[in-house]
Amino acid sequence: MKKTNVIQVEDLTKMFGDFKAVNGITFEVKKGEIFGFLGANGAGKTTAMKMLIGISIPTSGKAHVAGFDVFTQAEDIKKNIGYMSQKFALYDDLTVKENISFFGGIYGLTKARIKEKTKELIEDLGLQEVSNQLVGSLPLGWKQKISFSVALLHEPKIVFLDEPTGGVDPITRRQFWEMIYKAAHDGTTIFVTTHYMDEAEYCDRVSIMVNGKIEALNTPKKLKEQFQVDNMNDVFLKLARG
Amino acid sequence: MLPIIFVLPLLQLIILSNAATFEVKNIKFAYIDNDHSASSRALIDKFEASTYFDVLTVFPSETQASSAMLKGEVDVFLEIPSHFERDLQKNKTASLGVTINAIDGAAAGVENVYVTQIVQSYNKQIKTDLMQVSDAQIQPVTITSIPLFWYNETLNYKTFMVPGILVLLVTMITLFLSGMNIVREKEIGTLEQINVTPIKKSQFIIGKLFPFWVIGMGLLTIGLIIAKLIFNVPMIGDLLLMYFYTSIYILVILGMGLFISNFTDTQQQAMFIAWFFTVIFILMSGLFTPIESMPGWAQTLTEFNPIKYFVEVMRMVMLKGSGFVDILPQLVKTLVYAIIMNGLAVWSYKKTT
Repeated sequence: MKKTNVIQVEDLTKMFGDFKAVNGITFEVKKGEIFGFLGANGAGKTTAMKMLIGISIPTSGKAHVAGFDVFTQAEDIKKNIGYMSQKFALYDDLTVKENISFFGGIYGLTKARIKEKTKELIEDLGLQEVSNQLVGSLPLGWKQKISFSVALLHEPKIVFLDEPTGGVDPITRRQFWEMIYKAAHDGTTIFVTTHYMDEAEYCDRVSIMVNGKIEALNTPKKLKEQFQVDNMNDVFLKLARG
Repeated sequence: MLPIIFVLPLLQLIILSNAATFEVKNIKFAYIDNDHSASSRALIDKFEASTYFDVLTVFPSETQASSAMLKGEVDVFLEIPSHFERDLQKNKTASLGVTINAIDGAAAGVENVYVTQIVQSYNKQIKTDLMQVSDAQIQPVTITSIPLFWYNETLNYKTFMVPGILVLLVTMITLFLSGMNIVREKEIGTLEQINVTPIKKSQFIIGKLFPFWVIGMGLLTIGLIIAKLIFNVPMIGDLLLMYFYTSIYILVILGMGLFISNFTDTQQQAMFIAWFFTVIFILMSGLFTPIESMPGWAQTLTEFNPIKYFVEVMRMVMLKGSGFVDILPQLVKTLVYAIIMNGLAVWSYKKTT
């Protein structure tokens, strides 16, 4: 059975003045896939991602996310995606519960639904003890997990994760990836950027960006074969060094 | 933070309303008496009797008095020429030298009025003393004007200042809070998170306005209570009308704050711009200096000053008991201003770059 493409990108370009931050990238992501979006710092990953989540207008090219055009239907895209940014993006001065009801409210969930989701989320993450504490007082790893769960609150078709595990300990990272797998298993498409090459191995397919272009795109296994190395780290080094 | 938002402005209200006075008191007064006569003594007694003047010293010569003024020890000195009494009796006229330190021009003007009043009252007194029978027939009828000060009969400056200072506090707090708000979310990164949600631009701005609007109205309420309890400012007009006007006025300021916040990248920038406007608005509001005495171009500029309208309305309603129709011009201008500012705030909030 051929799965449908939830992200379809064709020759997408973003210019900042004369500088081509993203230079004609083309790829597609299938429903339920975990898509790793790799690249060195400054390669254009975040810029590309911002275009896909509708907060940056592309200079040229075509892109459809969840069936909507990024040029004309950015607000429709936003209803169908979740996003977790590099910067921790919950409100530090609200409690865990308040954050959940705030974002639930923005996505138009009913009060009853928010209540139900809050309970579910707090139980899943084992946050009963801290659910009334300010998010700012929690350790980073916990915050990231809550952030991810909040991004999934409105059951989006696609979740965009921008370096979700930066600065987090290995155990929490492992737990985080279990959450990602669970979400993917439930049918959510995951679009994730990372600098950890062991995480790249967990992805179904991986693209590697160098200087605004996608230089490689395949399953981790095939990429390793293609570059005749043992691990993704070496694939990355070979590509990024040029 | 919330207690700070309320306590500090109210402290300001209490301190400023007592301190920001136009009255000139405790004027340091000195004199040079070259005449040493009963007449000159009587004149000086008049100054000593005045509550406005603190009679400091007598100086033997003008040079010493001048140098004392240079050091700031003396505000005003009076020089009584020799033959003062003789001239008065013989020629029915005499001149006096008054020197006033005019570094603060406004205070000097007031001091001049005080001195003139005292000299005039002295004048009247000696007229009667020196009047001879023959003079009685040709004595002109003196015309005296008796001023009636309407709406603030006792010229109590607090009655005048308290509503004005309350306006400033409501304005400053709401402008600063709203000005720092969106830009703060830019700094901590939550704005990006909001931008990837399907929230509408107008929903976002309304969500930002509402809490500050409530705070502004709360400040007004507490300020009015203080004005009544501590300063006993008369509140002749309809309080509901004042609340109605304020509810629209705060929207102007909040729209302005959010507009600033959208245009800046850091809280420092927002603070800087908010300060720039606050200072201009306050000094050109007619609160401390009358707008009528500003140059023409400045008077035109004040048309764009929301604080001016608020000060006017506040004083009109509180002190004169003006009604809805009386404040209609200000109300309409403020409403238009509010629509424009909030339109700009919504417009300048960009969910995409």
